[in-house]
Amino acid sequence: MRRVLLRAAFVIALPVLLVAGWWVTSDDSTDVYWPPLRTILETFPDVWTGERLKDDVLPSVLRLTGGYALAAVVGVALGTVIGSYRRVRAVCEPVLEFLRAVPPPVLVPVIMLFAGIGDTMKVTVIASGCVWPILLNTVEGVRAVDPVMTETARSYGITGTTRLRSLVLRSASPQIFAGLRQALSIGIILMVISEMFAASNGLGFTIVQFQRGFAIPDMWTGILVLGLLGFLLSVVFQLVERRVLGWYHGLRASSRRSP
Amino acid sequence: MHALLDVSGLQKVYEGSGRRVEAVRDLTFTVDTGELVCLVGPSGCGKTTLLKCMGGLLTPTSGEVLLEGRKVNGPPPGMALVFQEYGRSLFPWMRVGENVELPLKQKNMSRTQRRELVRDALESVGLADAAGAYPWQLSGGMQQRVAIARALAYEPQVLLMDEPFAAVDAQTRADLEDLVRGLWRERGITILFVTHDIDEAVYLGERVIVLSASPTVVQEQLKVDLPDERDQLHTRVAPRFAELRTHVYEQIQAAKRGEAEPGSPARSVT
Repeated sequence: MRRVLLRAAFVIALPVLLVAGWWVTSDDSTDVYWPPLRTILETFPDVWTGERLKDDVLPSVLRLTGGYALAAVVGVALGTVIGSYRRVRAVCEPVLEFLRAVPPPVLVPVIMLFAGIGDTMKVTVIASGCVWPILLNTVEGVRAVDPVMTETARSYGITGTTRLRSLVLRSASPQIFAGLRQALSIGIILMVISEMFAASNGLGFTIVQFQRGFAIPDMWTGILVLGLLGFLLSVVFQLVERRVLGWYHGLRASSRRSP
Repeated sequence: MHALLDVSGLQKVYEGSGRRVEAVRDLTFTVDTGELVCLVGPSGCGKTTLLKCMGGLLTPTSGEVLLEGRKVNGPPPGMALVFQEYGRSLFPWMRVGENVELPLKQKNMSRTQRRELVRDALESVGLADAAGAYPWQLSGGMQQRVAIARALAYEPQVLLMDEPFAAVDAQTRADLEDLVRGLWRERGITILFVTHDIDEAVYLGERVIVLSASPTVVQEQLKVDLPDERDQLHTRVAPRFAELRTHVYEQIQAAKRGEAEPGSPARSVT
């Protein structure tokens, strides 16, 4: 019990310190753009009502989920193909390096031309940015499957989808998850950016509206909501990862004990 | 009447980056149903190459391997391999039971049948309780037992073992040797056991095939006329054991010097 409390204290200590610091330094601020934290927190419940959550946060989250899921499916599928065949890899690698180097936000105006300014555009933008870390990590993970395991599977006649499901994807899953983690933060950034360009609702849209209307404390609350959303998503991600990669963490812990 | 496993004129040459390495020159031998044969040779004599050719994982440059009269082109369903690197051969994301069961899923059998085979195999290697553990939670020796159980559950006609105990400590090794002999006697399976350890070859085998240094040929075949009932304590100090191991040792030394004694038929030393 005491250890649990101690751990909780460690986790909470820094955030509490930072918030307290913000509170104290901003408390007597008269700068319009830098309102006291007190004001921001007082504004918060007025701005983020149930209706606003439904009209602005929910659409944003849905776009993010859609784009992210699309990127995950495409990234893992393509990455598995590219990682499995040396020839395909040789052909694709230069192109991939080029496409990866293009900053995703720059694609927004281009994608708008094709996909309009609706949800399709936003989902496409998010997916087109998220796909690269997932794809490239999957390629690496699939390439790195242990040759002894590959031979074991071959000698036992494990082929086709069974091989894919029980050997290749499982073996690559630590790298795939590393890619998914990177993609998550990229996804949040692109969600906001795509909504700033052209939208009638969503978190990015709302924050820009507040800023343009000089509702500065409201704008700050939007930023807090974004931070909280990112934090929540990363907690969910960690829970899923711990479940799926439980074996990997156990394996690493056991090989650290006996090298 | 065919031998169960028939290796004839096997040659394997690796070619790559301007280098041509003849790992195996000309190997001919047979293994009959129910035999426990040990292949022993100096280190680096192409034992693993030979085993991979037999297991259908490598295509020989010339010569052929026949399993029950049928040519081996790819991994045949009647063979199971136990690798030296147990830690890299078991899948760490699957529990022990799932690891043993996985190869069976390719065979046409019901779930209950599979479960029965898994349980039986784990029991016969003394790991009935470990089905729910992950491989990396077990010691090296136990992991190799799981690999053996996986091969047993597969019910192969021939069990090929590639230096399976080279990476475990001496005491575990002795236990595992007795396990293999016990399984062989109980189940009447055919085992081809590759090792670089002369004592292990003589202790385990009914027959020992001594290989030459690379490029490999059969240096000698030797019948081990020790009693069927063997144990670590008495067999290893028996005078006959000492004679046999000395003889094999001499052969291997001769093999290293390149004094081939090619094509000598199976015979007993006197």
